Amino acid sequence: MRQVSEEQTRDPVVRARLFAEHELADRAGEFDRTGRLPRDVIRKMADEGLLGAAVPKRWGGHGLDPLAYGELTESVGKACASTRALLTVHTSLVCETLAERASDRLKGKYLTDLATGRRIGCFALSEAEAGSDAASVTTRYVKKGDIFVLDGRKKWISFAGIADLLLVFANDNGVSSAFLVERDMPGVEIHPMSGFLGNRATHIAEVSFTDVEVPAENLVSGIGLGFGFVANTALFHGRYSIAWAGVAIAQAALEVMCAYATEREQFGTRIGSHQLVQKMVADAVTQVAAARELCRRAGRLRLERSTDAVMATNIAKYFSSTIAQQVTSDAVQVLGGNGCWDQYPAERLFREAKILEIIEGTSQLQQLMIADYGYKKFAVRSRGGEDEVL
Amino acid sequence: MPSESLTSMENGAAADTAAAIRNYVRANMTALRDVDLRDDDNFFEKGFVTSIFAMQMLDFIESTFGIEVPDDRITLQNFSSIDSMTRMVGELKHAAGE
Repeated sequence: MRQVSEEQTRDPVVRARLFAEHELADRAGEFDRTGRLPRDVIRKMADEGLLGAAVPKRWGGHGLDPLAYGELTESVGKACASTRALLTVHTSLVCETLAERASDRLKGKYLTDLATGRRIGCFALSEAEAGSDAASVTTRYVKKGDIFVLDGRKKWISFAGIADLLLVFANDNGVSSAFLVERDMPGVEIHPMSGFLGNRATHIAEVSFTDVEVPAENLVSGIGLGFGFVANTALFHGRYSIAWAGVAIAQAALEVMCAYATEREQFGTRIGSHQLVQKMVADAVTQVAAARELCRRAGRLRLERSTDAVMATNIAKYFSSTIAQQVTSDAVQVLGGNGCWDQYPAERLFREAKILEIIEGTSQLQQLMIADYGYKKFAVRSRGGEDEVL
Repeated sequence: MPSESLTSMENGAAADTAAAIRNYVRANMTALRDVDLRDDDNFFEKGFVTSIFAMQMLDFIESTFGIEVPDDRITLQNFSSIDSMTRMVGELKHAAGE
């Protein structure tokens, strides 16, 4: 374990790494088996400032820039995917979105509590029939005087099982809007779900809304801005988090693979000396390095508030989730029978990696967007005798 | 009533704003459709852009023109056409004393 100086221990990124190494790494298997993230872990995350890491200091956060927040996400995600998922949902999807899109009044009401961990937030967009086609949600809202009334049902909502506050998306005759709904509001019911491939300790639940009366001030941004502005802002942040999550899981699998290959002996020699194993290790080393650089590039563009940051984030998310699947699959292969056994981390990492190819926009949706970007950026067409790069 | 030279300057600034917005919109329109984009076209209704475009457009306007779009100006209507965005940018710049 690396030594750290006193000065470094005041750095939130270093503190996050130490927290992950000391408090999470040895318990990730337990969280996965029991299907819950213990309250003491969440409390310690709050105490360490992790839950508000990317939130401006004005609202109780650390105000980390995207590069530092990405590095922090990798540290936590390498130790435990479910704990990292709390950062993705609570900090990226909810807190960062409110910091950008909510009114100061709404931030004052909720964001400081969220950033300091006094409340936990979740992101309620998906429904049984609205997954990738997220704009087609059927949860409805109606404005009645000073309140909005919500009716509908959300599905696969990570951390809904323990969240205090839900960022909910609903439609009114095709007009999408976003609302902050408190768990205790009458008409909100939480139905825990289980049996998932990965993200098992993320308290996934269905949430039903029956005549839930939400104060008008809990509308986020404005009427009609739910999907176009609020959800897309959230997914922009969520994808960045998932991109780093891919690096994290792949890095963890790489370390497992290398440690095993340099110890395990077969045919009278360590398996790491076999060239076909070396190929898997070499590919993993290269892929992890490339994914991390794509994430850093996206982080730099986000820091510059460049309009290219959106596509850079899509590319990083697509690539890192793809290579995480490949690297974890190879880790299982290198570990052989032990790779298929839950007494080793490889099988858990393999399951967790698959999730990343689905959440926050499937790999196929990323491919559509990236291809469209490619046509716009790289297609050279001849118009009127002159070549034009569109 | 503004002087003729001032009106001319304002018109020039509006034309520059419209040109910058037009270029950005064109660069971000769905690539596989041949469309003739007019400044008063509602590109959400016509399906010229993807859903994430509105958020990108807000970031583009704030970073390119050095203005902050207040919450009450962030409406789909204000971001639905080149004309509406040009008008909004002009009004916000005017309010800022530029």
